[in-house]
Amino acid sequence: MARVEGADLDVPRPIGRRSLDQRASVWGSAAAGIALGWLVHERLIASSGWFGLLLVSYACGVLIYVAVSYVGNPATDVRDRLAAVLITTAAAVVMAFLALVVGYTFWRGREALSHLNFFSQDLSRAGPLDPLTGGGVLHAIAGTLFMITIAVIVTVPLGIGCAVYLTEVGGKGSRLVRTVVESMTALPSIVAGLFILVTVILFLGLPRSGLAAALAMSVMMLPIIARASEVVLRVVPQGLREASLALGASQWQTVWRVVLPTARPGLTTAVILGTARGLGETSPVLLTAGYTTYLNLDPTQGPMVSLPLLTFSLSRSPEQVEIMRAFGAASILLALVLVLFAVARAVVSRNRGSR
Amino acid sequence: MTQQDTVVLPAVDPPTGGEGPNADVPRLLSPGVSRGDQVFRGAMRSAGLVVLAITGGIGVFLGVKSIPVFRTLGWSFFTTSQWNPETGEIGIAAVLVGTLELAAVAIVVAFPLALGLALYISEYAPPGFRRALVALVDLMAAIPSVVYGLWGVLFLMPRALYLSHWLSLHLGWIPLFAVDTNPHRPVWEQGIYTSSIFIAGLVVALMVLPMACSVMREVFSLCPLSEKEAALALGSTRWGMIRTVVIPFGRGGIIGGTMLGLGRALGETIAALMVLSLAFDIKPRILELGGSTTSVLIASRFGDATSFQLAALLAAGLVLFMVTLAVNVLASILISRSRSGATSG
Repeated sequence: MARVEGADLDVPRPIGRRSLDQRASVWGSAAAGIALGWLVHERLIASSGWFGLLLVSYACGVLIYVAVSYVGNPATDVRDRLAAVLITTAAAVVMAFLALVVGYTFWRGREALSHLNFFSQDLSRAGPLDPLTGGGVLHAIAGTLFMITIAVIVTVPLGIGCAVYLTEVGGKGSRLVRTVVESMTALPSIVAGLFILVTVILFLGLPRSGLAAALAMSVMMLPIIARASEVVLRVVPQGLREASLALGASQWQTVWRVVLPTARPGLTTAVILGTARGLGETSPVLLTAGYTTYLNLDPTQGPMVSLPLLTFSLSRSPEQVEIMRAFGAASILLALVLVLFAVARAVVSRNRGSR
Repeated sequence: MTQQDTVVLPAVDPPTGGEGPNADVPRLLSPGVSRGDQVFRGAMRSAGLVVLAITGGIGVFLGVKSIPVFRTLGWSFFTTSQWNPETGEIGIAAVLVGTLELAAVAIVVAFPLALGLALYISEYAPPGFRRALVALVDLMAAIPSVVYGLWGVLFLMPRALYLSHWLSLHLGWIPLFAVDTNPHRPVWEQGIYTSSIFIAGLVVALMVLPMACSVMREVFSLCPLSEKEAALALGSTRWGMIRTVVIPFGRGGIIGGTMLGLGRALGETIAALMVLSLAFDIKPRILELGGSTTSVLIASRFGDATSFQLAALLAAGLVLFMVTLAVNVLASILISRSRSGATSG
């Protein structure tokens, strides 16, 4: 068929959409692949399991597709088709895994989430064997909110201030600061936790508490936010700064009224994504917060637990109820991250719309 | 919100044309810094210095605390595989090997998927779908590691066992895929395939994939359109265009993004801690039960550590940090090199 088309030189080759030949060979090969895959997998190898079946079917389908394409197309086209199939498969596989991770977490968490007491009680009265009708994760929600609030209060002014220093003030030290901040984004979060454990808890004598955990989170978030903010501030057009200075504004006024407002959506995104990173970190909290089943509203005193840490601790239990609670806590955590993420996207797209 | 468009500037002094006695004296042009600006600069500089002190302090602190450990234990710190403080055996040989094995598994799995996804987003996806995919990849990077870990232990592990068994059955002659049991037994031993470095690596692969993918996609999107169109105009197929224009252009980004993912995989703690069952021996058999990484070592041994053991853990953390730092620096050099090519070309 392609040869007939190719002979008619004046008809342009369709680039954007697929020809009937292409579509027919894709769907035909898919159907043939499933059929042959089933035959090979279930009858010839005599194996079972849907994953193997899927894999064998896919391999058969691709082989058939290549063979079918060879009938009427030059080798270059066949290679093009094969590459398209493989690349699309990679994308589909990743998206399937993402859906699987998110979907499975919410699916297993649904039982815990369906009980209202899950949101309004702590785990102090509910043991590992008690049903889901008692006990909840309020203490972890509160702990997470305390920790992330403190961490944001610490990191946002410092991080953005540091970014402003790097882009607007500059000077001799800025190279050193930039290099150190950039290299510290490579700091494994567990090492940040260990640092706070040794300095703040063992050396300064602060108890294991929400405050210590918040500090560990801050240490981890600080380079991330500083670096992301710097990138955002750097793309503010130089012309805006010059215009403002030429109108007689001082540097402080230029930064406060021109540079920062221009970069606001980008800065918001940087802060939100940094917050989402900090929110989900378990390892710094594991070393510094301690573990408790009681609701603790004082971040300076006594152990405090966060949602990721609670999820981690509950998941080590052999009891099914605890596993359900772990999934419930993970669902809440995931929902928090999703909300933050949606807000970040909304900030970006709203700004894009207004321009 | 309207302030973004209309910036209100403070009133400047009205022009004093010819009124005062100094009207003809030209205004000094050298930019003297006003007091307000001096305060502002000082504040920003001190913010920068505080950040420097905090972040740099960690590095210095790790170094200082590690010196006595290196001095006391010497090279045996790097060659001992066991971590038994009771018998005085402390070393990071096994955990370092485990860290590298896990990161290697993660990257081997993540690299083709990340590359495929990045190419799909930048070259194949329809425009509307493209933005959604970019958002989904960013979202995937934001999912907490504990969620991946939970999913890995309870969903993936019971299923990946079969993959492990299949690999050991058919590729067992390679030492990497060997397992210390007879895989041909009719009722194969499932327990020995659980909690392995391989499965932990699969979970970590999902976590580093979005990072690598977004770097690759960004570099691909910088590829000059004229060159892509030129390739198509010369009669190239889409794959031909990708192979001859996009991939050579984005090579730095591909390698750099992968290395950035590698850096993340090396430092990953919680997912590995949840999946792995702790064992301190150097072994090439990644499909087999048990293993450890540096970060898992820290997370599992900090609780009952004496001050010297804590210092030893800090030294292990320093070694880990040095490795991830080296990987990240190399990655950023490669990425920036490929980007500078974009502006000159």
